Amino acid sequence: MSGIRLLVGTRKGAFILTADGQRANWQISGPHFAGWEIYHVKGSPVNPNRIYASQSTSWFGQLIQRSEDGGETWEPVGKDFAYEGVPGTHQWYDGTQHPWEFKRVWHLEPSLTDPETVYAGVEDAALFRSTDGAKTWQELPGLRDAKGKLWQPGAGGMCLHTILLDPSNPERIFIAISAAGAFRSDDAGQTFQPINRGLKSLYELPDPDAEVGHCVHRIAMHRSRPGVLFMQKHWDVMRSDNAGELWTEVSDNLPSDFGFPIDVHAHEPETIYVVPIKSDSEHFPPDGKLRVYRSRTGGNQWEPLTKGLPQRDCYVNVLRDAMTVDTLDECGIYFGTTGGQVYASADAGDTWNTVARDLPAVLSVEAQTLS
Amino acid sequence: MIRVVLPTHLRNLAHVTDEVPLEVGGEITLRSVLDTLEARYPVLRGTIRDPATLKRRPLVRFFACGEDVSHETPDTPLPDAIARGAEPFFIIGAMAGG
Repeated sequence: MSGIRLLVGTRKGAFILTADGQRANWQISGPHFAGWEIYHVKGSPVNPNRIYASQSTSWFGQLIQRSEDGGETWEPVGKDFAYEGVPGTHQWYDGTQHPWEFKRVWHLEPSLTDPETVYAGVEDAALFRSTDGAKTWQELPGLRDAKGKLWQPGAGGMCLHTILLDPSNPERIFIAISAAGAFRSDDAGQTFQPINRGLKSLYELPDPDAEVGHCVHRIAMHRSRPGVLFMQKHWDVMRSDNAGELWTEVSDNLPSDFGFPIDVHAHEPETIYVVPIKSDSEHFPPDGKLRVYRSRTGGNQWEPLTKGLPQRDCYVNVLRDAMTVDTLDECGIYFGTTGGQVYASADAGDTWNTVARDLPAVLSVEAQTLS
Repeated sequence: MIRVVLPTHLRNLAHVTDEVPLEVGGEITLRSVLDTLEARYPVLRGTIRDPATLKRRPLVRFFACGEDVSHETPDTPLPDAIARGAEPFFIIGAMAGG
């Protein structure tokens, strides 16, 4: 009997939503870590009952929690995220250099092959790896050598929010950082290079050849084609067919090409999803209508998906880590909002159901497909 | 015996429901109390002080006998009533965030 477990991180705790393969009736457990900000919760693809959670507050700092039983019980593990060597400086809002300071873990990415290995993307932006189940963490400092002195925090902080592990090449890692850009490693994280050619940020970044400084909100790939990447940038939806060497815009008929999440259908590598948001100054859906847009052509031709979603007076946002897909035969897609709703579609986005209505603001949603 | 009162989030982390009684050796100071607390509850290390610099986290405050002692140096002796256990030592989360 198959089933789905949704791991939902919110401003005030984590919630676990479960359903059988029909995805019609959902049970909610939580809040886990009540009152704490849970930026991300994600399970190991190798051992789905091993789940990692990033737990933090501005008051008491960062913790990492680990579960060995699918989220029923948790154990605090390693929380020391020390930058390698002298941390150095990055660019500050006034153009001066500012010391690197650890603030929180935005994203946890368990290894595709080893349940003991997990990556953490942190603010101020850096990539850490643990090879002992999150007991200890080591920075991969080669990332900050990729013009880190030129990185500058955006409005949401200088966060490393996306980590994509190439299933066909264990040496290849893609990451993305707000207001810095996308980067790729071809040597298992020892060194990174910027992969931002083709991105245009005319108002925020007038230099069309700028290697870094682009505000990438999210990148996504399909497991079967890891060289094809899709990106939701601050403005613009982009794709790359050569592992980020060059990006082209595929926004076309979207009502707004601003947004945060982007994801790919589990079985159709050219079917992608975004949630258009009105603008960088008005973080809510255009016209008060919450619409997921789907392209079955890898971009450029977009259709609105609205059945079951509010089509009036809706002024929530959908954050970058708050959309995900399952891998059942008929692909399910899920997203959470800053208004505390979690929506689920069991038919690839054609129709939607509200599976949670009144949670705290949702920061992240991950789906586990259980057999 | 020192009596330490933790804020709710830290009580939950440490799995305690009430005041924490602590046997603290030597002089009773912010440093010795916090060192002893963190040794007994390792999960609290880093939640009150920066684990590397041991500086108080910005939104954590310390109160002793009704006085805010957050800005005292770590080796300043705490009041005698705290050292005798007549009064609890409070670690609180500062009002912040709306």
